[in-house]
Amino acid sequence: MNILELHHLKKYFATQKAVDDISLEIEQGSIFGLLGPNGAGKTTLLRMITGIFYPDEGEVILDGKKFDPLTDIIKIGYMPEERGLYKKMKIGDQALYLAQLKGLSKSDAVQKIKYWFEKLEMQSWWNKKVEDLSKGMSQKLQFVTTVLHEPKLIILDEPFSGLDPLNANLIKDEIYGLAQKGSTIIFSTHRMEQVEEICDHIVLVNLGRKILDGSVQEIKHRFKEHKFNVQLSNVPSIILESPAFHVAEEKANKYIVRINDGYKSNDVLKYFIEKDLNVDGFNEILPSLNDIFINLVEDTKATTRSFQNIEAN
Amino acid sequence: MNKIALIARREFLTRVQKKTFLLTTILLPLLFFGFYAMIIYFSVNSDEKYNIAVADEANVFNNKLEGDENISFSFVKGEDEQSLKQDIEKDKYQGYAIIPANANILDKINISIVTQKSVGLMSRGKIEDKLNAALEQQRLLALNISPAQLDSAKKEGNIQFSTVEGKNDSGEEIGMSYAIGYVSGFLIYIVLFIYGAMVMRGVMEEKVSRIAEVIVSSVKPFQLMMGKILGIGAVGLVQFIIWIILMTSLNFLLPLIFPQLAAQMHDSNMQNGAMQAADTLKNSGLIGNVNINMPLILGCFIFYFIGGYLLYSSLFACVGSAVNEDPQDAQSLMLPITMPIIFGIVIMTKAVNEPTSGLAVFGSLFPLFSPIVMMARIAHGVGDVVPVWQLLTSMGLLIVGFIFTTWFAGKVYRTGILMYGKKPSWKEMWKWAFRRY
Repeated sequence: MNILELHHLKKYFATQKAVDDISLEIEQGSIFGLLGPNGAGKTTLLRMITGIFYPDEGEVILDGKKFDPLTDIIKIGYMPEERGLYKKMKIGDQALYLAQLKGLSKSDAVQKIKYWFEKLEMQSWWNKKVEDLSKGMSQKLQFVTTVLHEPKLIILDEPFSGLDPLNANLIKDEIYGLAQKGSTIIFSTHRMEQVEEICDHIVLVNLGRKILDGSVQEIKHRFKEHKFNVQLSNVPSIILESPAFHVAEEKANKYIVRINDGYKSNDVLKYFIEKDLNVDGFNEILPSLNDIFINLVEDTKATTRSFQNIEAN
Repeated sequence: MNKIALIARREFLTRVQKKTFLLTTILLPLLFFGFYAMIIYFSVNSDEKYNIAVADEANVFNNKLEGDENISFSFVKGEDEQSLKQDIEKDKYQGYAIIPANANILDKINISIVTQKSVGLMSRGKIEDKLNAALEQQRLLALNISPAQLDSAKKEGNIQFSTVEGKNDSGEEIGMSYAIGYVSGFLIYIVLFIYGAMVMRGVMEEKVSRIAEVIVSSVKPFQLMMGKILGIGAVGLVQFIIWIILMTSLNFLLPLIFPQLAAQMHDSNMQNGAMQAADTLKNSGLIGNVNINMPLILGCFIFYFIGGYLLYSSLFACVGSAVNEDPQDAQSLMLPITMPIIFGIVIMTKAVNEPTSGLAVFGSLFPLFSPIVMMARIAHGVGDVVPVWQLLTSMGLLIVGFIFTTWFAGKVYRTGILMYGKKPSWKEMWKWAFRRY
């Protein structure tokens, strides 16, 4: 079942088509990666999902119904990239206030805050002020306030920025835990290694349009370049030549070969067997998301997205 | 609605629980009165003591000159200027006065007073008063007029002003109305500035600390803005009520603590404006024949206080949402808001004198000025000076006005609060207001 469906969302600003006809579906309980270079329209898209902006066109379907910001806000937990806290307010009060704004009752909120503070070892913070916290600590607090009301849909925009590896892992584990309990997580970032590690499904946005949509494995296969690692027992005395492949890189007895069109990996192996070259290792090289990302985005010159005038409609 | 209340509560509590709130609310009036009392105390109770030798060659005073605890007069005979100077150097006297032998009580008398050091303003006044009073008495004696005769000669005619409708139009009432109108208009002017700026700073703080987006993912931007405006408004109301209570109780307490102070203030000739106002108050007497409708004025004051605050604070919020860290940006955007407030106070000073002039009527109807100007007119009486239809129109327009400004500010606010980067112009903000979301 899909927790969230976007149908042809559009949002035009005076000088930019921030989001230009994006549709996507997110399955309940999945960890979804929203990727894109700076200024691709990720934040605008998220703001429409959270009801901060109204879309110019298109609709947001949350949990099977048309999204209504007034009543559905409690189903969503949003941690924006530009996030902050009241500096002079005590941490416990602050968490309580934010939870109450979401619609929790006071006693409910207190109970949940205690649970999370205990879980993340933050009990001693209750009476401290935010200005006493380090950046990583306030990040942790932000995370707690985002997930406190047990939202069905959790949206995290760059959740690990400023966290040390230990705390990043702690948060990562919590994200897995929440997903297992049935929450859906949208994860917006441009850190590809995290996406590869965490996400089930990704969408790549560029210039306000969706340019890629699929599961991580599927996308990697779609963009594979038919490259294989070949490791031989000895450095061969002959030059490797075959209609089935050509050598892309070589380093002593290690080769990276690229299979030519119309041939299969077994054709490569057959060649080595025929030449009586002993193969120690043979495996396919899948492109990293990072490479895919760079390839796709570079072509569009998105790094210098220019301003244009768009007629208001 | 519930969320607005929640936000307003936080805004209210965080401000009221601050130490600075207690400090400004309670200490400020105390400090103010402390200074006031101290200035008066020191200027009245100068510990300068003067014993003045009076060489009354012509015997105009007939050896009668009354002194008090600080000033005393000693009549000396047969001493010339030289010996008196020596006496002063020996600190026997602090000054001397010489009345030439040819002085006549009924003529203008030249009295020159020579003192050790320069005489303070208060003492100088007292010495002059005492000498003049003694001279007056001696003159009356010389002309054979009794004090009772003088009193009856000075008796004033009882002159009454009234309007065609038969309303009492006494000068006392005019003075009273003037004072009430001026003070209440001025108070509202101060309210608009203090609390409007407080709203603006609050919005800026939220924007700079980047909490705005966190909050607007839970509540509508309009709710956030209204919560802030109402919360700070409540702070203002509480602060004002405390101030009014403190000021009035101090006003009553001050004469009790320094009884001689009040007495001296009256017989000293240092009657400044404040005391004159106090005198008008006393003379006209709230309980007396003056027909000023206090409950109506108080009710109107609260209405215009709240209406004016709502009208302007939402505009201040809108400026706060548009600017970034730089307070100078705020200054230039604030100009179009502060201008009408200042115009309002200028019109108010005119309206308090001429409550029926065209400018005053316009000012009291136009919502940007009416909170300040109408108070000055209402004090002169509702029904005759301010027709009821004008009061109702003014109130109606003010309500329409603040609904419009909060709507406008709400639109600008929701865009501005999430917009970082360069400061927008009013033109751009105007566009934000009419953009579709």
